[in-house]
Amino acid sequence: MIEKRKKLSLMCKKIRKSILDTSLAAGASSSHFGGSLSTVEILVALFEEILKYKIDDPLWEDRDRFILSKGHACLGYYSILAEKGFFSKKELQLFEKNDSFLLGHPVINKKFGIEFSNGSLGMGLSLGIGVALAAKKRKKNFSTYVLIGDGECNEGSVWEAAMSAPHFQLNNLTAILDNNNLQQTGTNQEIMTSDSLAKKWSSFNWHVVEIDGHNTDDLIKAFNIKSNKPKLILAKTTKGKGFKFSENNNDWHHKILTKSQYDIAIKELNGSE
Amino acid sequence: MDQNKFLSKNNFKIWSKLGMRASFGIIAQEISQKEKNLIILTADVSTSAGLDRFKKKFPEKYIDVGIAEQNLIGIATGLSSEGFNVITTTFAPFQTMRCCEQIKVNLGYMNQKICMVGLASGLVLGNLGYTHCCIEDVGVLRSIPNITIISPADSAELAKALLASFNHKNSVYIRLTGGSGIQQVYEEDYEFKIGKAISLKKGSDLTIVSSGQMVGEALAVSKKLEEKKIFAEVINFHTIKPIDENMIKEFVKKNKLIICIEEHNLYGGLNSAISECLAKLENTPKMISYGIDDRYTKGGDYDFLKKKFKLDANLIVNEILLEIKNLKNNE
Repeated sequence: MIEKRKKLSLMCKKIRKSILDTSLAAGASSSHFGGSLSTVEILVALFEEILKYKIDDPLWEDRDRFILSKGHACLGYYSILAEKGFFSKKELQLFEKNDSFLLGHPVINKKFGIEFSNGSLGMGLSLGIGVALAAKKRKKNFSTYVLIGDGECNEGSVWEAAMSAPHFQLNNLTAILDNNNLQQTGTNQEIMTSDSLAKKWSSFNWHVVEIDGHNTDDLIKAFNIKSNKPKLILAKTTKGKGFKFSENNNDWHHKILTKSQYDIAIKELNGSE
Repeated sequence: MDQNKFLSKNNFKIWSKLGMRASFGIIAQEISQKEKNLIILTADVSTSAGLDRFKKKFPEKYIDVGIAEQNLIGIATGLSSEGFNVITTTFAPFQTMRCCEQIKVNLGYMNQKICMVGLASGLVLGNLGYTHCCIEDVGVLRSIPNITIISPADSAELAKALLASFNHKNSVYIRLTGGSGIQQVYEEDYEFKIGKAISLKKGSDLTIVSSGQMVGEALAVSKKLEEKKIFAEVINFHTIKPIDENMIKEFVKKNKLIICIEEHNLYGGLNSAISECLAKLENTPKMISYGIDDRYTKGGDYDFLKKKFKLDANLIVNEILLEIKNLKNNE
């Protein structure tokens, strides 16, 4: 257990380092820094411990499907895909460059582990429902995981999807709600009140598990809970997690990372356990 | 499925009597025997789409997502990405505009493939008001890459379009127009190719281009003109995108007047598609277009609204006669 925890912690550190490197490489192109950092432990728990996939056969039909519905948080996503070997880490330097396949929002590329294009908020959960329905119809055992944001839950289409997954009895579908309580221009409370998220999803008949979204033990436990309903993991997170200058600082929603900020962050990262 | 029996004279006749909406459900039942991977998704419109029997007969191939069109396209895309042949259907405004961004991202940008069937497009639901009429769908979808747009002339062509859509490279929007008892354009099986317009009738005085149920009206116009010894070529542009540019290049060489008849806003639909092509050609004839002249009017029944927008053979014939007289005087 301690070994596993250490391994996951090390991977989280690697992903944060990769987010810093990729943001720095993006240069004058701002990157969605804060909302990517809040997803790190979620992604690490998924790609290290939960998802079934084969690097040498990315189109393996029994693979679990992962959909990053909050597509702007792609820095962490690209980093874990590169770390796991879907493409080389060098490619991350192409982030947001001309003609790159790694744009500021994911573009469908199944060979590289990207199931769908995302970026326009509120669309990923419906895609996941379609995929989960396909698995049921084909009697396949793979699971579908969709990572959504709390700001994203302002979109009405999220609730169309939320209503339908329990209706279709999709116990092979898990949504993870990255609840960092900040959206583009303010707190959820300031922009659009979205409290009682656990109650809201429960009342839509989802199996809701509320946890610390930066605790990989809790995340893994939550992912492993068996339920006869679709599952919503309400992951309480901190936007910009990992660096003092960015934690809960919404200036870092979408921002250029300078070299001096990068150096400070690297120091902080190296000093962390 | 016995293709010959399916696409038979008798079926064509029955379907035309039923109209496109009701025959869609019957056609879907037949197709589902051939297409093992078929799934039809609706947004609480099984009855309006003529799918009640289909729903009972093939419950495993039918999914109702409720009145939630954004979710409809998302779920359809998810199913399609897993290898299902997916048809979605609801009333045309909701099938196209309510979920327009899902169509753009999932079907256009991502190029995932489904077939969307827009019910009761055009003016046929005029009594219900313009929330339910649909005079904008072609214009809206034409601006999205990777979406093919078909407006069948009658129920037989709907069957041909549905079959063709399964083998097509990208998503298809099939626009159903007219009510029950629509004019039958095709009496027996014929060659249908997406993107290839069909010349229904030869004529050396003018060319009438049309799509959807208005093709029947175009044929009626040509018949009335014949009584005056004026001979019109009639072309069915069942595919509005991609438009058949070769056919346009051919007919502009032949005739001095083009008449375009469509049940859509004059901005964005067939008139626009043809005009965009004509603008690239030299010495093209004059084109007079009949359609909805970019306004929402008071509602009314189908015939009332068609007459209001001059989508009526008698009204069109009179104007053509005047135009031809003018053209002759100017020669």
